[in-house]
Amino acid sequence: MSDTVALSDRSAPAVLTARNGVLGALSDLFWRKPKLLLFLMLLPPVLWLGIVYLGSLFALLLQSFFSIDEYSGMIKREFTLKTYGELLQPSNLDIIIRTVVMATLVTIASAIVAFPIAYYAARYARGKWKALFYLAIMLPLWSSYLVKVYAWKLILSKEGILNWALAKLHLTGLLEAWLALPIVGGNSLSVSSTGTFIVFVYVWLPFMILPIQASLERIPVSLIEASADLGASPGQSFWNVIFPLALPGVAAGSIFTFSLTLGDYIIPKIIGTSHLFIGQAVYAHQGTAGNIPLAAAFTVVPIVVMGLYLWMAKRMGAFDAI
Amino acid sequence: MIAAVSFENVSRHFGSVKAVDQVDLVVQPGEFFAMLGPSGSGKTTCLRLIAGFEQPTTGAISIFGERAEGVPPYRRNVNTVFQDYALFPHMNVLDNVAYGLKVKGVPRIERIRTAEDALALVRLPGYGTRKPGQLSGGQRQRVALARALVNRPKVLLLDEPLGALDLKLRENMQEELKALQKTLGITFIFVTHDQGEALSMADRVAVFNDGRIMQVGTPQDIYARPASRFVADFVGSSNVVPPDFVKRHCQRDGWGSLRPEAIRVSTETNGTGIPARVVSVSYTGAATRLGLDAEGLRLHATVPVGAIVPEQGADVVLSFGANALHVMAADA
Amino acid sequence: MRSDREASAPFGLKLAAAGGLLFLHVPILLIFVYAFTTEDKTYQWPPPGFTTQWLAVTWNRPDVWEALTTSVKVAAIATLIALVLGTLCAAAVSGSRFFGREVISLLIILPIALPGIITGISLRSAFSLMDIPFSTWTIVLGHATFCVVVVYNNAVARFRRTAGSLIEASYDLGADGFQTFRHVVLPNIGTALLAGGMLAFALSFDEVIVTTFTAGQQQTLPIWMLEELVRPRQRPVTNVVAMVVVLVTLFPIIAAYYLTREGDQVSGAGK
Repeated sequence: MSDTVALSDRSAPAVLTARNGVLGALSDLFWRKPKLLLFLMLLPPVLWLGIVYLGSLFALLLQSFFSIDEYSGMIKREFTLKTYGELLQPSNLDIIIRTVVMATLVTIASAIVAFPIAYYAARYARGKWKALFYLAIMLPLWSSYLVKVYAWKLILSKEGILNWALAKLHLTGLLEAWLALPIVGGNSLSVSSTGTFIVFVYVWLPFMILPIQASLERIPVSLIEASADLGASPGQSFWNVIFPLALPGVAAGSIFTFSLTLGDYIIPKIIGTSHLFIGQAVYAHQGTAGNIPLAAAFTVVPIVVMGLYLWMAKRMGAFDAI
Repeated sequence: MIAAVSFENVSRHFGSVKAVDQVDLVVQPGEFFAMLGPSGSGKTTCLRLIAGFEQPTTGAISIFGERAEGVPPYRRNVNTVFQDYALFPHMNVLDNVAYGLKVKGVPRIERIRTAEDALALVRLPGYGTRKPGQLSGGQRQRVALARALVNRPKVLLLDEPLGALDLKLRENMQEELKALQKTLGITFIFVTHDQGEALSMADRVAVFNDGRIMQVGTPQDIYARPASRFVADFVGSSNVVPPDFVKRHCQRDGWGSLRPEAIRVSTETNGTGIPARVVSVSYTGAATRLGLDAEGLRLHATVPVGAIVPEQGADVVLSFGANALHVMAADA
Repeated sequence: MRSDREASAPFGLKLAAAGGLLFLHVPILLIFVYAFTTEDKTYQWPPPGFTTQWLAVTWNRPDVWEALTTSVKVAAIATLIALVLGTLCAAAVSGSRFFGREVISLLIILPIALPGIITGISLRSAFSLMDIPFSTWTIVLGHATFCVVVVYNNAVARFRRTAGSLIEASYDLGADGFQTFRHVVLPNIGTALLAGGMLAFALSFDEVIVTTFTAGQQQTLPIWMLEELVRPRQRPVTNVVAMVVVLVTLFPIIAAYYLTREGDQVSGAGK
């Protein structure tokens, strides 16, 4: 057979010479020293993130230990905890508590709204519907944050669609009763805490759906069948098998909703009351007031809260679900 | 004659794990050589040492007399058929097969012709334009084979090449591989955990355990004269019998191995031999396999089709020829 | 035994899921209606009438064009930087196990895990500490930092799905490191990189929180919109810009989805 002759070559060397040129030599070098290649690959991203990002972050944290001179308004570059002390003033504590409470409520509400969507997408949607569902979650996730906020400004305004719809349903009285309540109420929805809350939930909702869906998809069908086989009703299967296994997904999603709410300053500025959130306080202190130390100290709050939160989430196994 | 592959005192450690531990090995040119062992026994690491994906921690590896330590895999004239075939999903079959020639700078026309020849050799002519995803498991395996052979390797390495195929296909491929190796005359080294595969295909077999080679020999050697309890246990379904049993029945020292088909089972309970009781009876197609309790020892025997099969719980008498009991050296 | 895969969903679940999806999409759809309203002083619903005149008005607005150009420029450069850094990092992290691997992935994720305002104010104070004047480049610097993670995530996922034996097979067949990268690695991760790049572009194009801190006089489109949101001056133009922004980000998202989906099928087929 001619193939046979072509495919066996007894005179060929067992070890070939290196490819000529710089690339051949470099390739051999990297093969012999994989650590060198690894180092060269990691160098640019680590330098970038290390210098640009961590460097700035560190500089900011450093400034939180400086203070501002009350008379000249200049920053005194001496180590002090005075600025952190200012955080504990009632007005600033108020801001922190308000933000954390809002973040908590938003997280809970997002989880409640997200769960049915994620559950349906993970367990019932098939084929084309599955793709459609996925896109239906991805599109709002990635579409413009500002446009979404703007849309709610349109919806919540006095002459907007929500009031129109409530009037058609003869429910205007209900809304007015709600708005008359302290704390959650206000002149209109677009200048109330309720409005802020709705927009937060809306904007961060996709961040909650995706991890829940991911964790639900990971539950093998056989597990649910086993549960049913052992005599559990669908409801019992859900609460005893599905829900506990989906919890890491909820925890993962809550990392996003919680963190994003803590740091946001645009939503409460555009839709909300005049009471500040942490983000707004940071923005105000670094901007017009020029009080960088206090602004820096304020940013430490979300970092610490998120650190605690991540630590708890890790214990719940949330990181496996991201 | 220069050895196709030789290991001299080769070790490969991963941290504290000795994946390969002081292995000496010589594979002759043109040989069909099998490395057999349970998973984690070091056989695959040995294969990867030959291919160049791993480097020995200590020791020397030569391929056709040339030292191979420090030589990258792409400069070794050795090719591998991977366990998962590792066909490039973004290339069609022909480009897959021609890949080795392409990166060596063989002109397009020539490499296409050679690749087509190779596809014909593995009986897949005309499959060149398909994508790997459109092929069956057996076809992918052939493409992987053609892709390796097209480079005219000095040694072809096969990592569990038939593991992913179903039984029928596996048996066909065993014969084909064997025939291909004979026609091409290339040294084949293949790794398997299936003793049947190793025994039926290889000229010689090396049995691995815990990073060491327990025995090297022809399939007949390994099967009939296992060197240790491990080999006897792992290769085939031999009965491993303790020294006191050996002492009693053939007056020699050491552990023995007794092949199931060498045991004669008689229902005539007054005959001479070892009294035993039938514990289990299972029909395997070609024969019936009996589980026996003899002098407190658990033994297996096979009864050929047509012979009288005792019932479960029956009392029987066992006997075997004097040379059927193979006595092994003290186990290391 | 029937699994709930074959069964149809309970009515309550269907209702809740449908309601949730409506909640997600109706607000965005409203933007499209408002872009054509004849009302130009309030957000009146239902719109008293429809017109396309605002499209023309917006088209002739130099400030909108300028903001759009800046946004595209920033997003393009930031995406390019993120592609290089993210791919390098993904290749390093998935190619080998090394000490500090976890730290690297944490470092990459941090800029997006911590609230944007922290990234923003950090960069701003660093710029002012080092007397770096604000410019398009300071915006790019910030955007590239948080875009790396998007490229990284996409590339890492694909690297994970690309069997390691493919690279070994390429070496085995005689291809050196560069040939392997060119002929095997790049074609396999190409679509993932493209998808990551598109998402990074969308992310940068849309970013406002970090940008407010790192921009000087330069206006990106989101900054332009933010000013309109705080102090509405030309509502109809804002409506049209909002619609355009939705459409501009829509394309890369859908494209990225199909790119990664196709890619999965291809790399899955090699198994």
